Amino acid sequence: MKLHLKIWRQKGPQEAGSFKDYSVDNASEHMSFLEMLDFLNTSLVQKGEEAVQFDHDCREGICGSCSLVINGNPHGPETGTATCQLHMRKFKDGDTIVIEPFRAKAFPVIRDLSVNRTAFDRIMEAGGFCSVNTGNAPEANAILIGKETAEKAMDSAACIGCGACVAACKNASAMLFVSAKVSQLALLPQGNPERGRRVRNMVAQMDQEMFGACSNTGSCEAACPKEIKLENIARLNREMVRAAWVE
Amino acid sequence: MGLEIEFKDLSGYPIGQSNWKQASYTMMKCKSFLGSSVGQKFLVAITGLGLSGFVLTHMLGNLLLFVGPDAYNLYGHKLTSTPLIYIAEVGLIVLFLTHFGLTMKLTRENRASRPVAPNQLPSNVVKRASFASRTMALSGLMILAFAVLHLVTFKFGTYYETTVDGVPMRDLYRLVAEEFQKEWYTAFYLVCMVILFTHLSHGFTAAFQSLGLQSSRNKLLKRSGFIFAVLVGGGFFIQPLYMYFWGGN
Repeated sequence: MKLHLKIWRQKGPQEAGSFKDYSVDNASEHMSFLEMLDFLNTSLVQKGEEAVQFDHDCREGICGSCSLVINGNPHGPETGTATCQLHMRKFKDGDTIVIEPFRAKAFPVIRDLSVNRTAFDRIMEAGGFCSVNTGNAPEANAILIGKETAEKAMDSAACIGCGACVAACKNASAMLFVSAKVSQLALLPQGNPERGRRVRNMVAQMDQEMFGACSNTGSCEAACPKEIKLENIARLNREMVRAAWVE
Repeated sequence: MGLEIEFKDLSGYPIGQSNWKQASYTMMKCKSFLGSSVGQKFLVAITGLGLSGFVLTHMLGNLLLFVGPDAYNLYGHKLTSTPLIYIAEVGLIVLFLTHFGLTMKLTRENRASRPVAPNQLPSNVVKRASFASRTMALSGLMILAFAVLHLVTFKFGTYYETTVDGVPMRDLYRLVAEEFQKEWYTAFYLVCMVILFTHLSHGFTAAFQSLGLQSSRNKLLKRSGFIFAVLVGGGFFIQPLYMYFWGGN
């Protein structure tokens, strides 16, 4: 299939970027989106041009490394799909595809389509953990957790920290990411002792990183490749109120 | 007498304090909560719901227009002749200023967080937010402009007098009837009510999200914004129409 690509090229964080046109003549519809970019890069290198830089790692939809805003959609037009799991058969022959990096003040562009998402790491360092020494795995029936609670915690834990929620949000808010991490631990007994200070510290770090506030638009939920629910944000808000009153 | 060590977390919140009930610690806790974006959105939600309560009672009170001039004027007279009205007015101004001030501050910060305008997503894509949710700041400002104009027209408008059961009072009904005889004014009013509808339809639901009360189990709460907006917006929509067609006589 033949494709016209408009790709964001930017030399570095301080440089001004712009869109550049490329065309791919014989891409296969069986290629993944990233393979199509590999294919383009090979041809660029052969021509002696600079390859387009983009982030990727596992290509199995679980590491959260891939990003890209494709035709205005973080991770492309499919729902519940990361860019690496998006295939060219979802596009038509002769399509023009606009490819941009995730845009947020907190995610500075490193080069081309690759952005620096270490702000998320710093939020995790602020509280996204249990600091108790857990030792060996306890006997399975020692800590009883209801099925519904376990499922909810597992759903929240599905967040791969890719940052699509930030890219989708008009405020570049990281609330969906932070709320998934807070929820996952707040729902389980292991996370309970630190839940108050965890949510306060993570939110404080989130604000410090210049992510915006939540306008409850729901774009994040629609863009999330792991379909993390808005319910998590309500839980985060609840946790903050609880932390201020109870502790 | 133990060693006093101050532990604070990132947000300045005191932790591990045995004397946490002291007023100074309560202050620190409040500052830590209200200093966060979550705390500020909490206040926006509380004040927004307060203002929602006001527009609801305002709409319900104005339904007396359908009963007749005397009932409407009597309602207005009773409402404004009690000294409690001043307390209510001060409360309303506080609610409004908090809501307005915080949302403007947050909107500015949100704009700064997003250096490049978000892409206009194609309309056939599901990964987009509702029109109402994306335009809250704009619809809010339009409602503000409308509210000022509305006060100038009615509260501080022409003072007609009438007597109901021998009691002299303001004939607000006559003013309302006169204003809504103007086509352009009625049309402008109706447009403003559509804007109020969009603001409420997102805002009312979102307030419960910001307060942490939404859950996927509660479908009604998720739809509450639309229901509330239909109720209030619809109520305010039929009143000028009624006055335009039947209020003249």
